[in-house]
Amino acid sequence: MNNEHIHRPYARVEAVVIGVSAGGLDALSVLLEGFPTDYGLPLIVVQHIPEGVASQLAVIFDRKLALRVKEANDKMPIESGCLYFAPPGYHLLVETNRHFSLSIDPRVHFSRPAIDALFESAADTWGPALAGVLLTGANADGAAGLRHIAEQGGLALVQDPAEAQVDTMPRSALALFTPHHVLPLAGLRELLLQLDC
Amino acid sequence: MAEPVLEIELKLLIEAIYLRYSYDFRDYAMASMKRRVVQAVRALECHSVSELQGRVLHEPDTFMAVLQYLTIPVSEMFRDPEYYRALREQVVPLLRTYPSLNIWIAGCSTGEEVYSMAILLEEEGLLSRAHIYATDINPRSLEKARQGVYATDSVRLFTENYQRSGGKHSFSDYYTAAYDAVLMDKRLRERVTFADHSLATDSVFAETQFISCRNVLIYFNRGLQDRAVGLFHESLGHRGFLGLGSKESLDFGQHAGAFEPIARAERIFRKR
Ligand SMILES: C[S@@+](CC[C@H](N)C(=O)[O-])C[C@H]1O[C@@H](n2cnc3c(N)ncnc32)[C@H](O)[C@@H]1O
Repeated sequence: MNNEHIHRPYARVEAVVIGVSAGGLDALSVLLEGFPTDYGLPLIVVQHIPEGVASQLAVIFDRKLALRVKEANDKMPIESGCLYFAPPGYHLLVETNRHFSLSIDPRVHFSRPAIDALFESAADTWGPALAGVLLTGANADGAAGLRHIAEQGGLALVQDPAEAQVDTMPRSALALFTPHHVLPLAGLRELLLQLDC
Repeated sequence: MAEPVLEIELKLLIEAIYLRYSYDFRDYAMASMKRRVVQAVRALECHSVSELQGRVLHEPDTFMAVLQYLTIPVSEMFRDPEYYRALREQVVPLLRTYPSLNIWIAGCSTGEEVYSMAILLEEEGLLSRAHIYATDINPRSLEKARQGVYATDSVRLFTENYQRSGGKHSFSDYYTAAYDAVLMDKRLRERVTFADHSLATDSVFAETQFISCRNVLIYFNRGLQDRAVGLFHESLGHRGFLGLGSKESLDFGQHAGAFEPIARAERIFRKR
C-alpha cells in the first residue's frame, strides 16, 4: 500500500478496532485519554488477557474515561460512543448486521481472544469504513488481520515500534505490509479523534 | 454493491450441506462460520470454497472431515468451575426434592461436560436417580464421549477445575490411567444416553428438570437461539433449571421473560 493513497475522506470511517497485548493498559490509557462521551464511533478492543479469570478491563477503563465502557457480550448490538472489550477466553467477532458474536474456537497465535479474529470479521462488515489500530505486544497476532483491513479498503494504523513498550506486534505488521500510518500514541490519538468529524 | 465471492460460496456450501446431508447451518453466526470454512479449505488442500463444495457433495468422508471444523469440538471438564459450584450450592438442594431426575446436556461435544455433571451428581447422591440425555450433532464427538477417553495432558487442567468447582474427593478417583490417556470410570455413564439431536432441526424428546447447554448458543444467530431456547422451555417441567455458558445470555432473545436468573454471573436460570 502506498502513502500517496491516503487522501482519505476520514469522515467515512464508522468503527475503530484496536489490538494490543503486553503493555496494553498504559498504551490504551494514553490513546483514549479525554475521548468525549459523544464520540461518534464504536471502539472495539482485543487486549490479550489470561483465560479463566474475570477481566477487570471494563471496570478500570470505565473509571478512567468519559466514554461508556462495556465487556462485549454475545449478540450485543454495537453502539457508537462505546468502548468494548473482548471477554477473556472467547474470540470476539463482528457480524455483518453489526452485533457481536463470541466463539471458543481454538486459540490463534496462542491467544483467545485473538486480534486477527476481530479485525478480519470487522473488515468484512465495515470494509473501507473501518480503522484498525495495532499497538504494543509480544506476539504476531493482529498483523494478518490489519492487512486484511487494508485490503478491504480500511485504514491501517500501527504504533511506532520505537515507542512501543514491546515492539514485536507492531514490527510483525510492518514486516507483512505497509500500513497507512505508523505513529506514536499521541499521533494515533489525534487521528482517531479526527475520524469523528 | 455485489456480494463478495467468498460470501456467495459460503452460502452455497451451507445450502449444499443442508440439501445433501440435512445438517442445517443456515442460521449460525456467520463470522466464525466463515473462519472455520476457510480453515477447512486450507486443511483439505482445496483452492476455494467452491472446490470444497464439490468434494463435500460427492464424498461423504470429506463432509465428515468438514463437520469436524464446523462443529468446534472444543471442551473441558468443569469448564468455568464457578458454574459447577453454583450448581452444587443453588440447584442441587432443589433437585434433591425430586424422586427422579431427567437432565439434558445439549451440545455435549466430546463428553467432558457430561462426566463433570455425572461426578457432581454422584458426589451429591443424585446420580442413581438421574437420567442424563447427552446430545450433539457430531457423531465422532458423540463416539468419543461414549468412550470417555481423554489425553493425559488435559488431566492437570481438569483436576484443577474440579478442585475449584468444589469437588469433594480427588479427581483421580474417577479415572484409570493407561499409556498417554485416561479412561473415565464407566459407572459415570451408566445413567447416560448419548444421542444425535440437533437444536436446529429436531424437537423435544423428554420432559426434563435441568438442561445444561453451554457454548453452543454463541454459534447461532438470534433466530436460531430463540428456537433452541424455545425447545428448552418446552422440555423443562414446572420451575425447571437452565444453565448456559459464562458469556451467553437470554437478554437479547424472545424468551427472556420466560426465565428468571438464579445465579446471574454463572448464567443459571429457572423457568418462571
Ligand atoms: C464448543 S462445543 C461446547 C461443548 C461443551 N458444551 C462445553 O461447553 O465445553 C459446541 C458443541 O455444540 C455442538 N452443536 C453445534 N450445533 C449444534 C446443534 N444444532 N445441535 C446440537 N449441538 C450442536 C457442536 O457439535 C459442539 O460439540
